[in-house]
Amino acid sequence: MELKTPLYDMHVQANGKIVPFAGYLLPIQYPTGIITEHQLVRTSVGMFDVSHMGELVLEGKDATENLRYLIAGEINDLVPGQIRYALMCYKNGTVVDDLLIYKMSDTKYFLVVNASNKDKDAKWISEHLFEGVTLSDVSDSFGQIALQGPQSQKVLEQICSDFPQKYYTFKEKVDVSGVECLVSRTGYTGEDGFEIYCDADKIDIIWKALIDLKVPPCGLGARDTLRLEAGMPLYGHEISDEITPLEANLKMFVKLDKEAFIGKDALTLPRARKRIALKMVDRGIAREGCDVYVGEEKVGFVCSGTHSPTCNMAIATALVHVDTPIESEFLIDVRGRKIKAEKTPFPFVKKAK
Amino acid sequence: MKVLDNLFYTESHEWVKFEDDGTATVGITDFAQSELGDIVYVNLPEVDDVMEAGKRFCDVESVKAVSDVYAPISGTIMAVNEDLMDSPEGVNEDAYGAWFVKVSDVNNKDRLMSAEAYVALVEKEG
Repeated sequence: MELKTPLYDMHVQANGKIVPFAGYLLPIQYPTGIITEHQLVRTSVGMFDVSHMGELVLEGKDATENLRYLIAGEINDLVPGQIRYALMCYKNGTVVDDLLIYKMSDTKYFLVVNASNKDKDAKWISEHLFEGVTLSDVSDSFGQIALQGPQSQKVLEQICSDFPQKYYTFKEKVDVSGVECLVSRTGYTGEDGFEIYCDADKIDIIWKALIDLKVPPCGLGARDTLRLEAGMPLYGHEISDEITPLEANLKMFVKLDKEAFIGKDALTLPRARKRIALKMVDRGIAREGCDVYVGEEKVGFVCSGTHSPTCNMAIATALVHVDTPIESEFLIDVRGRKIKAEKTPFPFVKKAK
Repeated sequence: MKVLDNLFYTESHEWVKFEDDGTATVGITDFAQSELGDIVYVNLPEVDDVMEAGKRFCDVESVKAVSDVYAPISGTIMAVNEDLMDSPEGVNEDAYGAWFVKVSDVNNKDRLMSAEAYVALVEKEG
């Protein structure tokens, strides 16, 4: 059975089209439609219910060292109030999950993980805990809203006076519409924006305040097109337990000069595949799982594919053999029809200035 | 949701209009476009293709997914709506104006239902 987020009734009231996603019932879109929701976030502002995300707290004297052993990246330089994107890998170098690490103190970290991986992550971390370090799953006690788009700050200023100024930083115990929140300057759209966390039973107060400020609610559909345009990976697509960070072009989150961490040995070896960005030349949309060819030879598969509302064309990410010449004319098998595609740089869309 | 009384419908959400000259015009219903969301491509068949009732004859791409469109009747395609190549959003704006194909040699109408029956079906699904 699917769970409901604390904002479920709001989505139903607003005529959101509800679908099961990662174990939750969430709106894929509102009557506004994916393209309009997408464009609102790119040009103005929009908000998403992301209460389904998992939140874990890692705490203890050796929490920093423990986390450094669990992730491929580095957090030694983080100070309380800073956030880092990280990848947690298996011994073979493939990915357990990607996560955001919020440093609360030298001995306490708040980890935000994918909803669909939360239980797996909690188990994995628990199996690799250092002595004196504890892990707690606090997901059910948190609601979360992502306020995204170039106008995010203008909106937030009206209901919050003390918000984080710098990208990838956060503030705790901040007052948002009278509710005590954790606010971070983060997001999954490639735009400026904030993620607001608070008690699950109070998140509706903030949602309603933002609705009153005319912030349009946006669904999972726009969340996916926005993140794909921004070149951001999604677990199960660009990264997974069959894909390494190196293959996914996420080498900057793998720090091989760090002492032992899980997956290090495997990640010192050269990668077999690489992630590329493609735009369709022919009509049609390459979707996840479509085979990618150069001439007659199959060179890989599509990780994610959609229509890009900003570029007004079909775009995709694909995982191909590492030695595939990037200037190749790619052919993608879309339901038995081979459509032409060509490589384009990441990201598909750059942040609005 | 809009359903026009003078059209016939299928369980798979296509509509058919029978013209006075015995040909038929085919499209997808307002309910279908609303379920699909923003439509970004319509992959139309070719003129002179034969379509067979109940079989897929083209597909529609929305941002979310690709969906097959099934032939509500059998017949020969005599025209395709090329406006949809450049303006697929026309289907979202006016599902009954944005026809897909015109069909001659029409036969096999077994799958069709009345507007009334279609409304009942959609109410059940919705």
